[in-house]
Amino acid sequence: MIVDLAQSVSTGESVAFWILAPLALGGAIGLVLARSAIHAALMLALTMMCLAVFYIMQSAPFLGFVQIMVYTGAIMMLFLFVLMLFGRDSRDSMFETLRGQRFFAVCLGIGLAALLASGLAHAVTGLTIADGPPTVAGAGGESNVAAIAESLFTSYLFPFEVVSGLLTVAAVGALMFAHVARKGEARGQKQASRERFAPGSYPGPRPGPGVFATSDSTATPALLPDGSVEQQSLSEYVPQRQLTPAEAAPKHTEGRDER
Amino acid sequence: MNDPLWLMLIKGVAVFVVLVLLVLFTIWFERRVVAIMQVRPGPNRNGPFGLLQSLADGLKLAFKEDMMPRTADKVVFIAAPLIAVTCAFTAFAVIPFGPEVSVFGRETLLQLTDFEVSVLLILACSALGVYGIVLAGWSSGSAYALLGSLRAAAQVISYEIALGLAVLAVFFQSQLLSTGGIVEAQAEGIPLVVGSLELTLPGWYFLILAPSFVIFVVAMVGETNRAPFDLPEAESELVAGFATEYSSLKYASFFLAEYVNMVTMSALCVTLFLGGWAAPFPASWWPAANEGWLPLVWFFGKVMAFLFFYVWLRGTLPRFRYDQFMRLGWKVLVPVSLVWIMVLAAMNIGLDSGNELPTRIAFTGGAAIVVMALIFFWPTRKPYEPPAEPDTGLGGFPVPPMDLAVPPNPRGLTELETREPATAGAADDGTPGREREPFSGNPASPEAKED
Repeated sequence: MIVDLAQSVSTGESVAFWILAPLALGGAIGLVLARSAIHAALMLALTMMCLAVFYIMQSAPFLGFVQIMVYTGAIMMLFLFVLMLFGRDSRDSMFETLRGQRFFAVCLGIGLAALLASGLAHAVTGLTIADGPPTVAGAGGESNVAAIAESLFTSYLFPFEVVSGLLTVAAVGALMFAHVARKGEARGQKQASRERFAPGSYPGPRPGPGVFATSDSTATPALLPDGSVEQQSLSEYVPQRQLTPAEAAPKHTEGRDER
Repeated sequence: MNDPLWLMLIKGVAVFVVLVLLVLFTIWFERRVVAIMQVRPGPNRNGPFGLLQSLADGLKLAFKEDMMPRTADKVVFIAAPLIAVTCAFTAFAVIPFGPEVSVFGRETLLQLTDFEVSVLLILACSALGVYGIVLAGWSSGSAYALLGSLRAAAQVISYEIALGLAVLAVFFQSQLLSTGGIVEAQAEGIPLVVGSLELTLPGWYFLILAPSFVIFVVAMVGETNRAPFDLPEAESELVAGFATEYSSLKYASFFLAEYVNMVTMSALCVTLFLGGWAAPFPASWWPAANEGWLPLVWFFGKVMAFLFFYVWLRGTLPRFRYDQFMRLGWKVLVPVSLVWIMVLAAMNIGLDSGNELPTRIAFTGGAAIVVMALIFFWPTRKPYEPPAEPDTGLGGFPVPPMDLAVPPNPRGLTELETREPATAGAADDGTPGREREPFSGNPASPEAKED
């Protein structure tokens, strides 16, 4: 049955299929195997792109471009946004928290694959190839977009609205989780200015690190004219580093005469 | 669109060449126009009027050393500029330049390709183009670049929504999603009868869909990362943002992609809102203006006007702070777009149902409610009230006393001998000295500055 279906596609479609299908599969496998979370996300984006091109090949251009815009463009971008905050060098921990987790994972994975395969086989049995995408009369003649709109807003209106309600609730829930009440009043410009000029506070800019020092590294404190360390030039986040006299001595790299 | 292969190749190469030339021209144009705005000559050495300056800069960039940071993620670092440039060039494929013309004896549209949902292609390309920027920043392994790419990701996601909602209004009005179709849909004028006068307004959507047009233009600047929304590469905050670690041709690709995106977004705006290649005057004045190759002039003229607008913005406005930028996107552009689309849908339904009494009542009532809401909720600024006493801060900041007598200038003593010293609040003693207001608060208050 499936072989019959496969024989009746055009050359261009089959060429595109044999180029894109390995890419899509490779992306999916790479998603599982990639160590870095960002690489995994990029692999998933690749698979989604290939799926979108498949949709376009199947004469569903609207679906294909919406797939690119929504999934690849917006949702994967949000994933990336969050993953980037974890830092570049974070890797997945390979430590097993549950005993025998891998064994059960493999068993369940095979079971899921079998379930999906049988379901898919049932679904595609008895399929015939349509002449073209379903169309109805729209503004620009017969239109596939109008057909999608019609089924979305007539027969599937209720599921559509329920899903949008669900998404809205999820978004509001996420907002609730992320919301942190502000402690006290917001500090205004006047308040900030007063605190800056309050006694005991130095209103000018702090001296930059490396000024009067032997190095221009941000980890080197500024030295006062008497050679002591200017405390205000130290950042509490950067570990302090003062050069030893051996390090501070000229390296004889200035020119030929010095050699 | 059933062109033979050779014609498609010619069109593809033509689109590419046009884009590259426009980019070279735009860089020179931007530098010259900004220079004129800042009263300086700008690049004027290479070629006539300095026109070859950007070509020289491009060549120089190409011959520079290509460096890759040791901490970079190699594959992604190389892929990022490729993604940016590919997406930028692909989007231009569906822009219609003109009507049907004859190329070597074949009738064809001046457009590389068009299909049912071609506007979505441009939106999809601009959504994918961000991957280039975001991955560039992430793979560089540098804090500035990462900050730039985080900003880019958040910025483009936010402004894409406003952009999409603005385009949605065009889809509503034309009921089409193809660029060529939308241009044709704008060709018909709107008949308007005012009393005995019969007018034909242009059918361009910037008039009917004015709110969408404004939102689109603002979001378009945000989407292309241009000043005043150039936060991902804010040079005074992040060195060069996402492109900090890039050099040579890779950096040039980002530059190219940015300018190609500018041109594409301008062209999209012209296509959606300004009638595409249609001549900017009624067709009855000069019927031949909309036929043959002449519309190329109108199209590129309008695109140039938009490019000038981009440059003008850059020369005029300071960069937004990030929170202001996000507030504008989420709290102004998106809600206004949503409300406007609701209103538009209601108006379309009302107009379709004929001019019945309930429709008229609804329209008039709706308009009245809108005007009332505008009057009620128009943001007002609290008038400035000068403080009664000088602000002495937390007790530490030295403030001049209220009865300060300004001592005479010792250098002018000989000339000023006859004059009374100018004292604050000295108007009551009848001297012809400068009259001053009694001290009314903070020296930086507008009142104090006036005199």
